Amino acid sequence: MIVAEKKPIEEIIEMVKAFQKILVVGCNECVTVCEAGGKKEVGILASALRMYFMNQGKKMDIDEITLERQCDHEYLEELRNTIDQYDAVISLACGVGVQFLAEKYFSTHVYPGVNTCFMGVTEERGVWSERCQGCGQCILDRTAGICPISRCAKRLLNGPCGGSTKGKCEISKDLDCAWQLIIDRLRELDRLDEYERIAPLKDWSTERAGGPRKVVREDVRQ
Amino acid sequence: MSVKTPSKLEKILDSGQLAVTSECGPPRGSDPKAITRKAEMIKDHVDAINITDNQTSVTRLCSLAACIHLKLMGLEPTLQMVVRDRNRIALQSDILGAASFDIHNILCLSGDHQTFGDCPQGQNVFDIDSMQLIQTVRHMRDEGKFLGGDDIARPPQMFVGAAANPFADPFEIRVPRLAKKVAAGVEFIQTQCIYNLDKFELWMKQARDRGLHEKVYILAGVTPFKSAGMAKYMKNRVPGMDVPDEVVKRMAGVPKEKQPEEGLNICVETIQRLKECEGVRGFHIMAIEWEEKVPEIVERSGLYPRPSE
Amino acid sequence: MRLRYPDTIRIIRVPCTGKVDVIHILRAFEKGADGVYVVGCMEGDCRFETGNLRARRRVEHAKTILDAVGIGGDRVKMFNLSSGEGPRFAEYAVEMTDKIKEMGPNPIKRFREKRAA
Repeated sequence: MIVAEKKPIEEIIEMVKAFQKILVVGCNECVTVCEAGGKKEVGILASALRMYFMNQGKKMDIDEITLERQCDHEYLEELRNTIDQYDAVISLACGVGVQFLAEKYFSTHVYPGVNTCFMGVTEERGVWSERCQGCGQCILDRTAGICPISRCAKRLLNGPCGGSTKGKCEISKDLDCAWQLIIDRLRELDRLDEYERIAPLKDWSTERAGGPRKVVREDVRQ
Repeated sequence: MSVKTPSKLEKILDSGQLAVTSECGPPRGSDPKAITRKAEMIKDHVDAINITDNQTSVTRLCSLAACIHLKLMGLEPTLQMVVRDRNRIALQSDILGAASFDIHNILCLSGDHQTFGDCPQGQNVFDIDSMQLIQTVRHMRDEGKFLGGDDIARPPQMFVGAAANPFADPFEIRVPRLAKKVAAGVEFIQTQCIYNLDKFELWMKQARDRGLHEKVYILAGVTPFKSAGMAKYMKNRVPGMDVPDEVVKRMAGVPKEKQPEEGLNICVETIQRLKECEGVRGFHIMAIEWEEKVPEIVERSGLYPRPSE
Repeated sequence: MRLRYPDTIRIIRVPCTGKVDVIHILRAFEKGADGVYVVGCMEGDCRFETGNLRARRRVEHAKTILDAVGIGGDRVKMFNLSSGEGPRFAEYAVEMTDKIKEMGPNPIKRFREKRAA
């Protein structure tokens, strides 16, 4: 899922302090799972903002709503009849949702309430880590199911580098060396001979480098 | 084997003699004298001089420019090229830039992560990795073509090298990794500096078992300790470095004023021992900020004078 | 036991302090409470095992938020005692009340009064 982190409240206050009536919009999917922008977090942020502005002696109306998702038209449409009464909207969705909301409600001020971080997993409650960078050409078949592009700090396709120490990456003792993980798994699967295959140069044109991406499925378009 | 390039280093290795290389770090400024002065100190005692490429991600005068300064002095440079900072366009371009000055040796490296350096907030590139860079240089030289497929006018004639670290983890793939680099086209290897001789000799044995010592020239890396503090620092703080306790103890066991001398002793003894190691075809002496000792190390190891052109 | 404790305290009973969430604490302050304290069982004695531990973490989180918005994190606190400790309950009640009296009223009350006026 997409993993995000709450923005510090000071940053959010700075964004909206000039307004009078605000809507805080949460999302029931990824940001709920990583406890950054779901209904609970919307409630806490709205309450905290109300107290902040009251303490400043400023009148500020802050309403709350949590949509199922903010990356699909149908759910954003639910705001159609009420959004114009607000001066600004703080969206706690990931960067995708914030932008889609802004596109849909072109004349509404929309501000992000979270920092979107990566596509990753819940290792345990409270710990999320990156797994995929959306390179557009999955090579997990060749690396025993472990991605060197997202998990190697140098995205080496023929790793490890000379800095791998005791299974950890040279940049941090808390970071597993992706290539150590790949080798361990190749060994477990009795495929260690595959290690010596030289991975060819990557075609990065399907990644961010090639420009903003789009997937079109003519067979399902209406 | 016959030589494929005009490289002096290749010629010496091909003749069966032990080669000696060393390295210089460029300055954190634009004064070329900082390079030429160091080169002057060592030029008669080495066959080729590596110029590091923004080592540990600390921004310095670029390797290519420093190599050109060496070339203009009539010396033999080895261009170190990391893949951290340049994409495949820039890498090929810089290779041609080096070739335009008839620089004939290149060392293909990954590069330390930028978090170690002076611009930890910067981007990194890693468009291709060091293995693929080896393939790229060989392709440019032997096929005479760019990666994109077009012909290169006056292809580079470069002797292709890479690094190997017998001391990094996991040990079990360090020789397969060497084999991989050989398959990719590497022609000479400079190893990480050696203090754990047993482990190095084990790595060499495994390499010999696979016949790799006959497919690539392996130069053993050595670095003299200046102090016990340096030994401890390298043991504990440098990733991929193996400094056995006995070595640290030996350094710490002599009074501070005597430590540099002891460090040089250890270095010379290492070279003497490794001269007997089958498959070791030369030595790469990394005496960073202590370049003035390189002549002494070379002479005491019985590697002086160097073969002439 | 019929011990005395300040009558300015409003008690809200919960089956376990684990039921108390950050939003409950914040809403209390939003509505003008001067202080909130959460009284749970001794750590290790929670009959639901970790309820009081969760409560402690949530109280810490609420503190951070209250500091960030200028209300004051010291207005919220967690206490632990066992259910038989009547005197201690009274003691905590007095301690908390005294502290809050010293800190003064919840600053947002001025705003709420102004609005009412």
